[in-house]
Amino acid sequence: MSFTTDELAVMDSIIARYPKSRSAIMPLLHYVQSIDGYVTARGIETIAEKLNLATAEVTAVSTFYTQYKSEPVGEYHVGICTNTLCAIMGGDAIYDSVCDHLGIKKDQTTADGKISLERIECNAACDYAPVVMVNWEFYDNQTPASVKDLVDGARNGNPPAPTRGPNKLRTWKENSAVLAGISDGLADEGVQAGEASLLGLNIAKSQGSK
Amino acid sequence: MTPEQAVTAVETVTAVIDGVEVTVPKGTLIIRAAEQLGVEIPRFCDHPLLSPAGACRQCLVDVEINGRAFPKPQASCTMPVENGMVVKTQLTSPVAAKAQEGIMEFLLINHPLDCPVCDKGGECPLQNQAMSAGRPESRFEGTKRTFEKPIHISSQVLLDRERCVLCARCTRFSNEIAGDPFITLNERGALQQVGIYENDPFESYYSGNTVQICPVGALTGTSYRFRARPFDLVSVNSACEHCASGCDLRTDIRRDKTLRRLAGDDPEVNQEWNCDKGRWAFKYLTSRERVKHPLVRGADGELHEASWPEAIAAAAAGLKGKRVGVLTGGRLTHEDAYGYSKFARVALGTNDIDFRARPHSDEERDFLAAVVTDLKTTYADIDKADQVVLVDFEPEEESPIVFLRIYRHVRKRGLAVTSNAPLSSRGSKKLNAKLIKNLSELSGLTTQSVILIGERAAETAGILSAAYEIAQSTGAKLAWIPRRAGERGALAAGAIGNLLPGNRPVADTSARVDVQSAWGVSDLPSQLGRSTSEILEALGDESLDAILLGGVDPMDISADALNKLLNTFVVSLEISHSSVTAIADVVLPVAAVVEKSGSYLDWRGVARRFDKGVDDADLRSDLRILSILADEIGKPINLPSITAAAAEIESLGAWDGAKVSFTRRAAAPASTDEFTLVSWRFLLDLGSLQQGETNLAGTAKKARAHISAATAAKLGVTEEDSVVISTDRGSIELPVSIREIADNLVWVPRNSEGSQVIPSLGFTSGAVKVAKR
Amino acid sequence: MSTLTPVLSAHWDESDSFTIAGYKRHGGYDALAKALKSTPDEIIALVKESGLRGRGGAGFPTGNKWSFIPQGDNKAHYLVVNADESEPGTCKDMPLLMANPHSLIEGIIIGSYAIRANHSFIYLRGEVVHVYRRVQKAIEDAYAAGLLGKNILGSGFDLELTLHAGAGAYICGEETALLDSLEGFRGQPRLRPPFPAIAGLYAMPTVVNNVESIASVPSIISNGVEWFQAMGTEKSKGYTLYSLSGHVAHPGQFEAPLGITLRELLELAGGVRAGHQLKFWTPGGSSTPMFTAEHLDVLLDDEGVSAAGSMLGTKALQIFDETTCVVRAVLRWVEFYKHESCGKCTPCREGTWWLVQIMKDLEAGKGTEADLTKLLDLCDNIAGRSFCALADGAVAPIISSLKYFRDEYIQHLNQGGCPFDPIASTLFETAGA
Repeated sequence: MSFTTDELAVMDSIIARYPKSRSAIMPLLHYVQSIDGYVTARGIETIAEKLNLATAEVTAVSTFYTQYKSEPVGEYHVGICTNTLCAIMGGDAIYDSVCDHLGIKKDQTTADGKISLERIECNAACDYAPVVMVNWEFYDNQTPASVKDLVDGARNGNPPAPTRGPNKLRTWKENSAVLAGISDGLADEGVQAGEASLLGLNIAKSQGSK
Repeated sequence: MTPEQAVTAVETVTAVIDGVEVTVPKGTLIIRAAEQLGVEIPRFCDHPLLSPAGACRQCLVDVEINGRAFPKPQASCTMPVENGMVVKTQLTSPVAAKAQEGIMEFLLINHPLDCPVCDKGGECPLQNQAMSAGRPESRFEGTKRTFEKPIHISSQVLLDRERCVLCARCTRFSNEIAGDPFITLNERGALQQVGIYENDPFESYYSGNTVQICPVGALTGTSYRFRARPFDLVSVNSACEHCASGCDLRTDIRRDKTLRRLAGDDPEVNQEWNCDKGRWAFKYLTSRERVKHPLVRGADGELHEASWPEAIAAAAAGLKGKRVGVLTGGRLTHEDAYGYSKFARVALGTNDIDFRARPHSDEERDFLAAVVTDLKTTYADIDKADQVVLVDFEPEEESPIVFLRIYRHVRKRGLAVTSNAPLSSRGSKKLNAKLIKNLSELSGLTTQSVILIGERAAETAGILSAAYEIAQSTGAKLAWIPRRAGERGALAAGAIGNLLPGNRPVADTSARVDVQSAWGVSDLPSQLGRSTSEILEALGDESLDAILLGGVDPMDISADALNKLLNTFVVSLEISHSSVTAIADVVLPVAAVVEKSGSYLDWRGVARRFDKGVDDADLRSDLRILSILADEIGKPINLPSITAAAAEIESLGAWDGAKVSFTRRAAAPASTDEFTLVSWRFLLDLGSLQQGETNLAGTAKKARAHISAATAAKLGVTEEDSVVISTDRGSIELPVSIREIADNLVWVPRNSEGSQVIPSLGFTSGAVKVAKR
Repeated sequence: MSTLTPVLSAHWDESDSFTIAGYKRHGGYDALAKALKSTPDEIIALVKESGLRGRGGAGFPTGNKWSFIPQGDNKAHYLVVNADESEPGTCKDMPLLMANPHSLIEGIIIGSYAIRANHSFIYLRGEVVHVYRRVQKAIEDAYAAGLLGKNILGSGFDLELTLHAGAGAYICGEETALLDSLEGFRGQPRLRPPFPAIAGLYAMPTVVNNVESIASVPSIISNGVEWFQAMGTEKSKGYTLYSLSGHVAHPGQFEAPLGITLRELLELAGGVRAGHQLKFWTPGGSSTPMFTAEHLDVLLDDEGVSAAGSMLGTKALQIFDETTCVVRAVLRWVEFYKHESCGKCTPCREGTWWLVQIMKDLEAGKGTEADLTKLLDLCDNIAGRSFCALADGAVAPIISSLKYFRDEYIQHLNQGGCPFDPIASTLFETAGA
């Protein structure tokens, strides 16, 4: 089944952002994930046709990047940072406990299709370790207990809000659309900065007031 | 040095490699400068015809420039030589030697080391260089990476990913040289692997080259896999019989059986590449359909095996003193064609000979004699061209190495290509070709431009005339590129009604005298010979009594050609059983390419010689058989061997007298039919020399009927539907492909599975009916 | 005690700091107006003179990079911002973009004007959706305010700015891999030369700069070269973001003059977490050889850190206390490099694959001391042999940990396993979770 006329028009608008059409391949792959949830055959074939590429060339790109999934993931894709610092600060323990809790391991999805797990690499939030990302939104300073609540909430359709993100956690597909450059209008939601980000500033201010 | 040489003098640089000074053209890579000194730096990803990758890191050397040393070893495959450079390879630098040893160790940790069962074993760059540059023993004690093996990336190429060293030669070749990026590096890091998109196999006409340049046994050809060890093979130099591109090939034979063919290295022609047909279509040599013994039709009306003397006698009896026509096919070598040409004139006393076993015209015959015999355009002209014009010529389908040369310049420098074609093929899309419907649309041609005319130009009146006129007025270089390997040689040999060997017009008395004295005969026929179609007509109205056929498939000519042969005396010289041998009165088996020596004249008119690789006492060249037959008839042609023919051709030389004149023909009026069929052949199709090559056939393009969107709308069809294309003679049914093509045209492949237009529709182009199925 | 110098982070405590209004409230885009009154060459000269060095890890002088762009060549030029922040430990650009994206946009407009680029790109790592939203909104607002698009502020200068999300590949932080990725290819490093300044994006002259480098430019324009040079050390001028993470009482971002020491920063952060001692730390991400307590007073500028045997990198100070198993830490880093190796070249692709296997065995206490020798020899065969610097980063933690903690490796071997309790080093162990 092919994409709708509207979807194809969005693809054209993505291509129009770039001086050379091939540059649009990454946002187009994000966009395909926003519709299909992962990089589907029709996604690869449509992108190839739109960009005048061989399907193999699109495959080469889609398989290079970790965020592009060749299989469906959950509505809430939970990434637990198990790079050194987060792992040591508790990421390993969080990962083990959430696996036990959900009965799945990394790169697997719960039977209800709600939650999938990934061991992620450093996500540039080390001052908030241990960090968990859900649909690539920040959940800072996590513990096994908080992540249990997080995934349970997500399964019940009521996940807690990200620590630094919009007021309500959006789905995998919805956030994939954002990465394709399709605005969801939520930029103003959430804190401007977390506590750790403000640490130096606050100290400087207290230095200044001394 | 003349001023001209001074202008073209190459700037050079001088460096020291392993203590030896070397001067090379500026831009030369260290790895190649070292080769000039006989220093072989180990390498995998490096290939002189591909863009540098620097990926395998096997070629690390120590470099300093003007006394300043690079802090770490450098890849010699990516760094050009500079003045003042001092390079130390593994021979003189312990650092370089250790670096190379380290890389080799890394390459081997995940290599299966299954050399005893690997096709590459014995000719493997990894195996060889592991011996020369590797550690004696591995320190790896871990778990090797494994993949499912092998995977079919097409019906003819298999991939063993665990053997792959990820040098990216195959992917670079496919992208840069062939323009077919159907195999790519996929995944990342230690999981990186060569692959295809799962629904689109590696169906490139050039895929076999990746097997040849793979430095390990990761890519193998289905046909050769597990068939031989390299050290059991005997290699002979050969030339490709499949088209007029002129590829140099190597044929590998074990115990008189051809096991594989590889692209040879001829920088002026095929460089180091060839097409898959040239590489993988050779099973016809060992086919069960081969004719191995002479056959003579008996009183019972059946063919019976006969001895050579019996068969020769039967053939001579049927031909002697008769009015005989001679038709030769495209597989003939220059020497064999010369044999037919001489046989027709001397033994049969006729000019009724034609090599054009395909649609043809008198305009073409004159054009060939008057113009083509003088053409000297070469690949180098394409290299220098400011524009290439394709006239009724689809290079990727009809002369694939010519295509590679044009593509190289399109990619490298945006060479402008214009194609006179009804439909944009995949090939012309790769060439970014501008399509024109009429040669009058051409512009900007200069003496640097090159016009390449295909054999299909004979199918439309006036095209050859127009192309010639344009070349004359602009000074553009002209070339005629037939599809078959033998045609240019046959033309030179005079296997056509208006020429004697060496481009001598039959109508020219002094030209005939020339040949008479060389051949030692007192008289040669002076009347213009019949063309292929005229010969067939003459058989029908009994103005000819018999016909001698050499490698002709009547279905290449016309739908009723075979019928014309039914009530006449037929002598067939053939490789394999065919529709002609089935109705022939005498069948004389002939040697195929590897079983004889000889040469083809490629589209440039340059001889591509090949050696005999297989001895089979039962198989003689056409030439040898014709010579015996002429003796039997009592009018000897004295050509006992290929060598004799070659010497005679050489001594006869080319005619420098007046040429056949070429008078301009008017253009055909535009068709007023509702639908006109247009067609050409795919490279891989039902051609007789491809028979039995199922692996190769698996990668052939599937036939579809190409129509315009407007036509599709009119017929009420989509790409999910099929159409029936019909004439009074018959019909073909094909799935629809909607393309940019004129509304009154329908294009189909000429000789593919489900789309054989001559037998089904009766012609290659003309008025047809098209309807939704 | 050293004084902190919040510049980029000066107003992050205001809830609308990321909006154009919040930015303008404190003089945002004034630098742009000022810059557009100078010639492009004057801007380049100014940035050169300031001594601003790249904040993405390599420390290359920003003004010099700009000056390499051929001028008057009638070619399109591009400024590409590297916002692919992925080096383990590095966490400065993401909070900067979340709280203050307009500082980057203002810097981009100025930088593009200087190098005569009319189209610029932000290559943002894909795993940070909310940062994407913030930057995208900031770009939209800048367009609406006439700060992007045609004839910016009536200057006649035109600039398009495109935000591009990556998709999870650390290697795209390498500038040529980033360019290939942005062109729609696999993010694998390119052969150099040609360098991006000559043939970068779409084979045109291109500057690739880190987020923080570009975001720092407006402050230099506004406050002047002297103001900037007054901060920092002789060769490393100005202020920068130091990111403290790990076993410290209060992890976070600290904007301070270059040349501060970890001892000073730790004091500000309340020290190593209560009841524990510093064991090892990275000065600038996992690719920079680790330090120990003996390096507390190393000046954290390019020269100081280099002299002590490491690299300033991204100033990502990851602090590990004595509960941390160094072998486990290093293994995890090496696994990261294996996962992120692009696969192009042999030593990185195969070497990291092998290193992980050896490190896993060592952590499990399998092997002998001879394996440590082999490990170091393999590192020697990888470092400086690969296509880009990723593999150099992969071996840095191994070599440096063996330098300082060889005994701990041997302890694993002697004991047949890891002597550490992983729970002891978690955050929630002390929190009682």
